Amino acid sequence: MSAPDTPTASGPLASILALPNDSGKKTLFMAFSVCLVCSVVVAAAAVGLRPQQIANQEADRIRNIVEVAGIQQPGESIMKAYERIEVELIKLDDGSASDALDPNTFNIQRATKDPAISHALKRRDDPAGLKRRTDYMPIYKVRDASGKLKTLILPIHGAGLWSTLYGFLALDGDLRTAHGLKFYQHAETPGLGGEVDNPKWRALWQGKVVYDEQWAPSIALVKGTVDTSLPGAEHKVDGLAGATLTSRGVTRLINYWLGEHGYGPLIERLRNERG
Amino acid sequence: MTHDSRKIVTTPIVDNNPIILQVLGICSALAVTSKLTTAITMCLALTAVTALSNVLISTIRNHIPSSVRIIIQMTIISSLVIVVDQILKAYAYGISKDLSVFVGLIITNCIVMGRAEAYAMKHPPWASLLDGLGNGLGYSTILLTVGVVRELLGSGSLFGVQILALAKNGGWYVPNGLLLLPPSAFFLIGLIIWAVRSWKPAQVEKPDFRIQRAHQSEVA
Repeated sequence: MSAPDTPTASGPLASILALPNDSGKKTLFMAFSVCLVCSVVVAAAAVGLRPQQIANQEADRIRNIVEVAGIQQPGESIMKAYERIEVELIKLDDGSASDALDPNTFNIQRATKDPAISHALKRRDDPAGLKRRTDYMPIYKVRDASGKLKTLILPIHGAGLWSTLYGFLALDGDLRTAHGLKFYQHAETPGLGGEVDNPKWRALWQGKVVYDEQWAPSIALVKGTVDTSLPGAEHKVDGLAGATLTSRGVTRLINYWLGEHGYGPLIERLRNERG
Repeated sequence: MTHDSRKIVTTPIVDNNPIILQVLGICSALAVTSKLTTAITMCLALTAVTALSNVLISTIRNHIPSSVRIIIQMTIISSLVIVVDQILKAYAYGISKDLSVFVGLIITNCIVMGRAEAYAMKHPPWASLLDGLGNGLGYSTILLTVGVVRELLGSGSLFGVQILALAKNGGWYVPNGLLLLPPSAFFLIGLIIWAVRSWKPAQVEKPDFRIQRAHQSEVA
């Protein structure tokens, strides 16, 4: 039978194809040529589509930042709104601004795996289940007309029930009132822990106070509904029904990132700058 | 389309359905059917991969040495899956985030391998293409049926559009949370298998063994 994939009937190719299928030479030839063709196709797809994929990831990140900052005016494009946001890379240990890396291309997952710019966490220092923490983080600032800090957007992440939740926490200019919370990547149970995406639940965060009088992180998800008549209600948010472990993970990761091992030094610096 | 080619496409939809008769590809059927958008993307991805891998394998079937045939099939299938995954990441980013690992897992989907080994290795490219499309359609039929039930009763919506007003948003419908969890797809597929086998008793397998009454009379 003639080879349907090779129109040439003579030459070295035809003589190899004419060999019995189970000869060693033909087995090697077939294995090699299938691998070669497949790798070329895969490489072409990966390289050719890469710019589009990076643009998608970037657009997704920007969309989430703009959404959590709540600065998009009606009829305004997300890119236009993003232009009003100031990006800064900070060193987490002392909260100082740094130019070691480009904050616009900073990737938390990649940075966390890079031993040069991250470190392993001891179990007792790791309530949020991070295992490793990057040394740098990009932060986002929105300023009002007079140049005063209006909203501070902090990337946060930590373990939920099934997955690591990645998100942004936005604080008002007083640095202790929550402006919004949005997780952009997680794999919690849809309908239960996955309700972290529910806009109604996310709206509960606005106005919650995440630091106590001594500037210690103080925010928790509680079972059921928060009784607003009791003192301390401003430090509590309704837990997610049927998702005790996701709720606990969210509480722990927010407290971790607001604490001394997270953005604590940055918050202190910004408070001092404000005087 | 001739009668024969139509038969190749339609047989796998009910009479020889890969999920409910051959009980293959169950894993992804459980995982991606809680929302219709992910289910339909998965259906398209799997149908494309099955059809294309069938054509490619069938084209070179006379030159595949039997000692390495499974590896050659796997290489072709996995390359196609990677290409599909890359395309989704580039042009349907949101959906590819929802599908996460499951597109990659098409590589290990028994339906694709099964069609390559059972059909494409023995039939010409055109028939293999139809067979791949038919099996993709069979898979899609079940996924979409399960997806409609799960999304409608589990979240009160179809394709993300709210159909039943939810109680938590001030409506009347209290969604059934079980339908959003993977086991519910198992129950639904079980019910579909039961329904189809009652309709077409030819699909019922012979029991592997029978309990004999003879022993009782001997004891008595």
